[in-house]
Amino acid sequence: QGFRVDVVREEEDALEFDMVGIDAAIANAFRRILLAEVPTMAVEKVFVYNNTSIVQDEILAHRLGLIPIRADPRLFEYRNQGDEEGTEIDTLQFQLKIKCSRNPQAAKESSDPNELYINHKVYSKHMTWVPLGNQPDLFPDADFRPVHDDILIAQLRPGQEIDVLMHCVKGIGKDHAKFSPVATASYRLLPDITLLQPVEDEAAELLQKCFSPGVIEVQNIKGKKVARVANARLDTFSREVFRHESLKNLVRLARVRNHYIFSVESTGILPPDVLVSEAIKILMGKCQRFLNELDSVPME
Amino acid sequence: VQADGTDGNCVTFVLHDEDHTLGNSLRYMVMKNPDVEFCGYCITHPSESKINFRIQTRGSLPAVEPFRKGLNDLMGVCQHVLNTFEVSLLPQELRD
Repeated sequence: QGFRVDVVREEEDALEFDMVGIDAAIANAFRRILLAEVPTMAVEKVFVYNNTSIVQDEILAHRLGLIPIRADPRLFEYRNQGDEEGTEIDTLQFQLKIKCSRNPQAAKESSDPNELYINHKVYSKHMTWVPLGNQPDLFPDADFRPVHDDILIAQLRPGQEIDVLMHCVKGIGKDHAKFSPVATASYRLLPDITLLQPVEDEAAELLQKCFSPGVIEVQNIKGKKVARVANARLDTFSREVFRHESLKNLVRLARVRNHYIFSVESTGILPPDVLVSEAIKILMGKCQRFLNELDSVPME
Repeated sequence: VQADGTDGNCVTFVLHDEDHTLGNSLRYMVMKNPDVEFCGYCITHPSESKINFRIQTRGSLPAVEPFRKGLNDLMGVCQHVLNTFEVSLLPQELRD
């Protein structure tokens, strides 16, 4: 129905794409689903066996929960309501066991903690996966670990140690923000800048300065400088042009009604194009659920 | 899902575990139906996650029909979006 999707820029973790011909309600539904309803795996329960660091247990557990875990959530199920133990299809187990000690080879007068102590900074790379049950057979090549290795969890001094066991479950962002798979997902409408009258010379230069760089282009036509809208997409809509009396009536700022520029930034758990596909499938799943209910419940 | 109303033409559906995400997009799809005289949704209380979705039809059409059609149309739109999106992700050479 005249609908178009163009991928503008695709990097490893961020995706910018355009959707033309869609309506605000559906675009917003996709954005909401990307933020809150695409499931991921994150640490939910932390069993603390020994924590003699200065980071309190609950703060440590909170920090561990926020670490993004590289595990495809589609391979796992949701945990049942009253289930405390966790089976192998819905839980990933990680262990963090680290002890700080003094470095015997350090120089006498050095004060650099990197030299004085061994293991004094606890990074996310120290988290190791502990396979449960038949998980080694189910995922022979899998390597479940945090997305980033250099997230600082805690700092230790000699004699302190941390020994915790973590259970990761599948959840959605609506439940807790740690389950949200995107750093952020947003959309904006394409700006539509029209020049009502031809703008020339100094006014053209002024107009160019009013907008973000690259939006207005000043061309030299027959010796006179004429302004032209080159790329409206780059504009951030600061409305600076309305502050100048001479330019106020020459420009009309509007938005193209059904051209949405989506920008999705993933935390690294799933690539952003997979996230968008999952979000669309989730919306379809919701409709299907109600269709099934409609058919099964008899209408009075 | 519960429904109650005066006659078959105006029905209020109570959808549990839903919010603006489905409510607004579904309302948009149902409004496109020319048989529908009134369509709206509201969230009864922000602490409870359920929405009241009301459809009133012109004439004698039972209200369940536009609801069902709206859901099907929304699924069709999603499928179309998904297909277009996945095609656009392919590199230029594979498209034809």
